[in-house]
Amino acid sequence: MSVSTTNLPPQFEIVDRPLDTQMTISMGPQHPSTHGVLRLELVLDGEMVVKTTPDIGYLHTGMEKLFEYKKYQQGIVITDRMDYLNPLGNNLAYVMAVEKLLALEIPERAQTIRVLMCELQRIASHLVWLGTHALDIGAMTVFFYCFREREKILNLIEAASGGRLTPSYFRIGGLMMDLPPGFERRVKQFTDDFSAAVDEFDSLLTGNRIFQKRTQNVGRISAEDAIDWGLSGPSLRGSGVKLDLRRASPYTGYENYDFEVPIEYDGDVWARYKVRMREMRESHKIVIQALSRLRPGSVKADAPKVVLPDREAMKTHMDALIHHFLIVAEGFDVPAGEVYQAIEASKGELGVYVKSEGGPKPARVHFRGPSFVNLSALPLMAEGAMVADIVAIIGSLDIVLGEIDR
Amino acid sequence: MSNEAQPGADMPVEIVPEQVATPSPPVAALQCEHPDWIVQVIHAFGETTIVVPREHIVAACTFMKNSPELEFNFLADLSAVDRGPEEEPRFEVNYHLFSTTKLHRVRLKVLLHDDDAHVTTVTGVWRTANWHERETYDLMGIIFDGHPDLRRILMPEDSEGHPLRKDFPLRGYEPYSLT
Repeated sequence: MSVSTTNLPPQFEIVDRPLDTQMTISMGPQHPSTHGVLRLELVLDGEMVVKTTPDIGYLHTGMEKLFEYKKYQQGIVITDRMDYLNPLGNNLAYVMAVEKLLALEIPERAQTIRVLMCELQRIASHLVWLGTHALDIGAMTVFFYCFREREKILNLIEAASGGRLTPSYFRIGGLMMDLPPGFERRVKQFTDDFSAAVDEFDSLLTGNRIFQKRTQNVGRISAEDAIDWGLSGPSLRGSGVKLDLRRASPYTGYENYDFEVPIEYDGDVWARYKVRMREMRESHKIVIQALSRLRPGSVKADAPKVVLPDREAMKTHMDALIHHFLIVAEGFDVPAGEVYQAIEASKGELGVYVKSEGGPKPARVHFRGPSFVNLSALPLMAEGAMVADIVAIIGSLDIVLGEIDR
Repeated sequence: MSNEAQPGADMPVEIVPEQVATPSPPVAALQCEHPDWIVQVIHAFGETTIVVPREHIVAACTFMKNSPELEFNFLADLSAVDRGPEEEPRFEVNYHLFSTTKLHRVRLKVLLHDDDAHVTTVTGVWRTANWHERETYDLMGIIFDGHPDLRRILMPEDSEGHPLRKDFPLRGYEPYSLT
């Protein structure tokens, strides 16, 4: 399709403006501080931001369309690639939605391992946020410290699932397989060291006057605005709204764990920073509790038509072999209906809408990505800020473009 | 309706409002104040769905948000479903409401016909609807009347068609080429 010069999009139109007035510049999509391929169209008056227009879609790969052409169990690997810093959270939201349609009972051990892995993943996700956020603002050392700790978590996830960034560890009806031998010892090793590591990050940034000046009173959003704009997760809790879906509508047994929901009232970048720092400590607490709750047992639901049989059973039982063949070749029927399952992902409310019309493939899958919604509030937060503050505000929202564009 | 609750009956049970033993708060409130705004109530999988006529969706959303016993102040999600080109009505628009104070959820649903896929925007009720509606317009082709900035959001501005419609081919209309 040829584009005529008179039909250019509005941002390319040449407008004659006298000097010393507003200027429109394009930030991104290759800017390293936009955390991916985000383009911002900034209208500047001097160094002050008058208007921000996010331009997204550079990573759009039609994942929601792809779901409709894949069987339910094949959809799990697609979810890994959405929020690639929190793949286990995406796995969990999706499998829980399908499990809700199938009315499956998940065994206790699988639930506990889900909590354990999700909280490890939350820490890993927050570590990437902290490292890149500090790097954006100019503190480079933190980045290396954070990635050192994150590496340990990725090694744990690799040990359990075989994948580091794309684990696909949670399956419909339970887990891919049980934890490997010695896993608990390795997690314990990590948790023993982690408190000291968070103290280290704290000592690098929290008392840092430069960091404070760059973040305090920047990117403010009030509690009413935050709710109106649909902010969720740490971005919402930084504005003084005590809402955590792990407490508000507990899932996978979160009601049995003892943890606090950190909350700050200022609604600025600094408040969101403090919320996430404290959240890492709370997640650390949950990991330790989950570890102590691990009891031997099955990690797969008792649903032979949905859950793949064990390898050993396939070699000795005829019916297990038949079920394995049918699940892999034809998939399993899911009752017709629609569900919306929301979980507290590391960035906020991750909602999955699944509509089934029966049969092995979903009729529609929709993801409510927290990054997508949080980014939509950026123009409000950026109003009146300096150009350099934009970078701090984007960092404090903790966006992942893979989830925004899907 | 008969009470033949068969084990393994996999269709969701559709219940007309009068027959629900204990209607959930949103259904009860809406039924009490504006019974004509309810087309159908569906209870399934522990979730409540209220089908609302298209012309009343903004009023229903405003009521849900402002009613003191409901306080649905948080629009969690807004998305659309294409049932297929041969179905009538073809489109469903789902509004997933959540209350940050009462901690309950409800789904409002609007049914739209293929030849008239228009619905009034709810950006005036929750501003977060802005991007959700842009996405729904971009990928499903539903027009939200009165939306302040209804442009494509994920697809390129010059792309054709709406990819999440069932009659849109998986690989697009034109063969992919880098040249």
